[in-house]
Amino acid sequence: MTFEVDYLALAPELIVAATMIVVLTLDLILPRPQKFWTATVSVAGTALALVPLAVLAIDGEARAMFDGSYVVDEFALVLKGLFLISAYVVFLMSHNYIESDRYYQGEYYFLLLASVLGSLVMASSRDLIVLFIGLELVTGPLYMLAGWRKGDVKSNEASMKYFILGVLSTAILLYGLSLLFGLTGEVQFGALAEATAGRAGEPMMVMAVLFAIVGFAFKVSAVPFHFWAPDTYEGAPTPITAYLSVNSKAAGFVAMLLVMYLALPGLSEIWAPALWLLAALSMTIGNLSALRQTNIVRLLAYSSIAQAGFMLVPFAAAATTGADLEEAFAATVIYLVIYAVMNLGAFASVIAGARITASGELGAWAGLGKVEPRIGLLVAVFFFSLAGIPPLAGWFAKFIMFRAVMGSGASATVALAVIASVNAVVALYYYAKVTKSVWLDEPMGFPGDVTTPPAGSLRLALGVSVALTVVVGFYPALTTFVGDASKVIALGG
Amino acid sequence: MMEWFDSWGLTVIVFLPLLGALVMGFIPSGNEDGLKRTALVASGLAFLASIYLVLQFDFGASGYNQYQFEVTETWIGAINASYHLGVDGISLPLLVLSTFIVVLSVIYSWNHWDEPYNPKAFLILMMILATGMNGTFVALDLVLFFIFFEVVLLPMYFMIGIWGDKTPRRIPGFRKEYETRLYAAIKFFLFTLFGSAFMLLGFLALYFESGDVSGVRTFDIPTLTELGATGAFTDPTFAFLVFGALFLGFAVKVPMWPLHTWLPDAHTAAPTVGSVLLAAILLKLGSYGFVRISLPILPDEAMSWAPAIAILAVIGIIYGSLACLAQTDMKRLIAFSSVGHMGFVMLGIATLTDVGINAAIIGMVAHGLITGLLFFLAGSMSHRYHTREMSRLGGNIKLLPIIGGILAFTAMASLGLPGLAGFWGEFMSLVGSYNPLSGLPLGVFRTSMVLGAVGTVLTAGYMLWMLQRVNLGEPSAEWTDHDLGDADRYELASWVPLIVLIVVIGLYPRLVFNSTTEAVTSMVEMVFGS
Repeated sequence: MTFEVDYLALAPELIVAATMIVVLTLDLILPRPQKFWTATVSVAGTALALVPLAVLAIDGEARAMFDGSYVVDEFALVLKGLFLISAYVVFLMSHNYIESDRYYQGEYYFLLLASVLGSLVMASSRDLIVLFIGLELVTGPLYMLAGWRKGDVKSNEASMKYFILGVLSTAILLYGLSLLFGLTGEVQFGALAEATAGRAGEPMMVMAVLFAIVGFAFKVSAVPFHFWAPDTYEGAPTPITAYLSVNSKAAGFVAMLLVMYLALPGLSEIWAPALWLLAALSMTIGNLSALRQTNIVRLLAYSSIAQAGFMLVPFAAAATTGADLEEAFAATVIYLVIYAVMNLGAFASVIAGARITASGELGAWAGLGKVEPRIGLLVAVFFFSLAGIPPLAGWFAKFIMFRAVMGSGASATVALAVIASVNAVVALYYYAKVTKSVWLDEPMGFPGDVTTPPAGSLRLALGVSVALTVVVGFYPALTTFVGDASKVIALGG
Repeated sequence: MMEWFDSWGLTVIVFLPLLGALVMGFIPSGNEDGLKRTALVASGLAFLASIYLVLQFDFGASGYNQYQFEVTETWIGAINASYHLGVDGISLPLLVLSTFIVVLSVIYSWNHWDEPYNPKAFLILMMILATGMNGTFVALDLVLFFIFFEVVLLPMYFMIGIWGDKTPRRIPGFRKEYETRLYAAIKFFLFTLFGSAFMLLGFLALYFESGDVSGVRTFDIPTLTELGATGAFTDPTFAFLVFGALFLGFAVKVPMWPLHTWLPDAHTAAPTVGSVLLAAILLKLGSYGFVRISLPILPDEAMSWAPAIAILAVIGIIYGSLACLAQTDMKRLIAFSSVGHMGFVMLGIATLTDVGINAAIIGMVAHGLITGLLFFLAGSMSHRYHTREMSRLGGNIKLLPIIGGILAFTAMASLGLPGLAGFWGEFMSLVGSYNPLSGLPLGVFRTSMVLGAVGTVLTAGYMLWMLQRVNLGEPSAEWTDHDLGDADRYELASWVPLIVLIVVIGLYPRLVFNSTTEAVTSMVEMVFGS
């Protein structure tokens, strides 16, 4: 074993870790009115971490460390970029939100940075142990953050539900991974792939894979392991909900992608049908439940469950034939990136709107567009993008997902494509319901703060996400590099 | 200038309105004149450019799969989708129709606004809509086609939803009453999206199949057309499923019976200009899709689907006419008449002959002009009377002689009076179905022809009945103290060009056929070998 450390490759992680320590120290030193500096430092630290990332990307060389357990290649860089940028947007969204309610700012940013660090580690992990540590570092701090609105019973419930189900799923996941280790004696993905090839018939192997899938399904809130999501999303502070539905979900997906495609490609006959079922159930049940929601955050919670289903579709499809593994891999990653952008935007617009409506109930949002046309416009853009209506970015995510499915031509996957397209139509109904409230209904007066514009940081968050949503919608070729980077790993891994 | 226009002219026509919308975004909503002028300039320039396009169009070289003013740029390299635009004899008249109607709509909008006013938002939506419509007619790449096809949904959804009819109505199956606009807007959106979701699956299936057949996966319509003519997509299950998927997408848009139920609601609820654009152009996106994509790429499958399409078309004709006879609301009657007229268009397409498809295209153009005008008139009348109930509108021609006169003229055009534009589409599509493509079941088509002919009688019936109820008789006493005011100059400015064109095309149909005949005939020859 060699322990040569490539400090440039680790620079993003190191910077985030250093920021964590600075934030904690600042929180000790600064008097209460000055605590907003912790937020500024967090934002700056995340932005700074992007610099070595860019250097590494320009350098373009894949760097492997710790016997190949920790790899910084194009794929890892793309995901780290995604995690950092979306964390950056979440920080911007938090800035005002947290300050206005006098929460414990220092700890808040410390924990959130810890979670970001976990996602960075996870993107580079190429063995089960590093992957597990990364994934748990992502979720651990979130158990606390979900309950950050201490005075609110719903927030306590959010935290409790998330914690109990999260720990349960961690245990199940760990059990599955340990079975894998026990059966093969390997933890590294490459070695696992060799050791598991052709062993799909072994009952223990089936159990190991299914346990792992159940564990991941909890993390990405796929049906039927989604029950924590709506309550947690509703109760948690909205920026944390955004983080849960984007970063933490993406982390779960990346972990699942890595394990399935890199470590267990030979067992696709086990995981593919399981994922087929998860995809179909998540899309359908997520959408049908979303139809009945009257609270905008709960609606987004169910929408994110349904979106998880759409993201699972390429997984399920590739596996039935095995031929187009790399297409499917790229499709899910592209979907993930576009979803992150538009979902963060949706949450940012909800935060901006909720300042005026002072409520998450759709009824209170009636006619918002007439009072605040700009916020109304943003709501329309993000929600229709989530619905996949061109020319907003969401169409390309759906398109690339359908493309991955239709490629195989097998009847099971075409059936899944049909289920997905019916679901895309159903989904439109509830996304349009939000727009209907905002634009089509008559305003009934707003109790909240109508006069002051949203804070600068929130406007920046909105600006970044709306620009990306529109530009990618018109010129989706921008996401090609994501696909290319993903293909590299699917081929080379 | 010329060379530049050759490659970028279509881009200009498609994106000028969108550019106008962008500019309008920066004009404060108080500056109404500025907003209206910008919209007029953007749509007017697009229209002039399309006229210039017609003048430069080489009618001699518009044969099968030959496109002019082509531009091909890489767009999404990873999936081999390109920014490919081009125009041929089939799409040319429809493109001009689209740019033309948009200009007239802007002029009409000058002083006609439905509640809640807000010209800025309305005009911006109209411009986005124009880009989507123009783009669909010239897109030569399936992905691009899909995008333009879908771009029209959002603006139309908002037009209906915000400016639409606010009367509360009980929707069958619901306990509560809903405002008509809310129900109609989402119904329109869901129906169209349902169809186009399947259409997209069909496009993707074609894309992958083209890779298996030719080695290169492509969304390029001309390439796929070539492959289709050489019998590349003849695997029965594959072709059946793909044609079916495309059929769903296009038939909802046309709309064909029994997928038409969104149409009466949407047309009735939409604000005047919304109804005009819906009827005049949006419906044509569907029937154009059949001619541009379904028939040439999947000819064998088109043969087996043709009788079914013909039967559905005829049901549409009869059903639409009978439904018209049951209406009390003038706008809803016009909406249902669209179902019938589009039935004739689809019957023409189903014959798979040059006569039938030519009939379909001139039918589309005529329906665009005539029904567009009818919706303008219905809108202007309900602005004045604040009702669309025909029982209360009697004697209209005495109160509003100009509007009443134009209404009488347009109704005559709509029922297919020889010498006016509506005649050619109906007549030739019936002629075509007497003699469909050899190999098609003669019985089905001749029966369709007879039933279609009955349909023309019914059309005459409901149109005359509408005229009788609306125009004739004595005006109701409730209007005696109202100063209704006849057509103003903005109304006339947007209607007179339509009237002129209806007469000109009626007397000189070659204006359209000149453009279409060559392209249609050679397509039918090459694709169906007749």
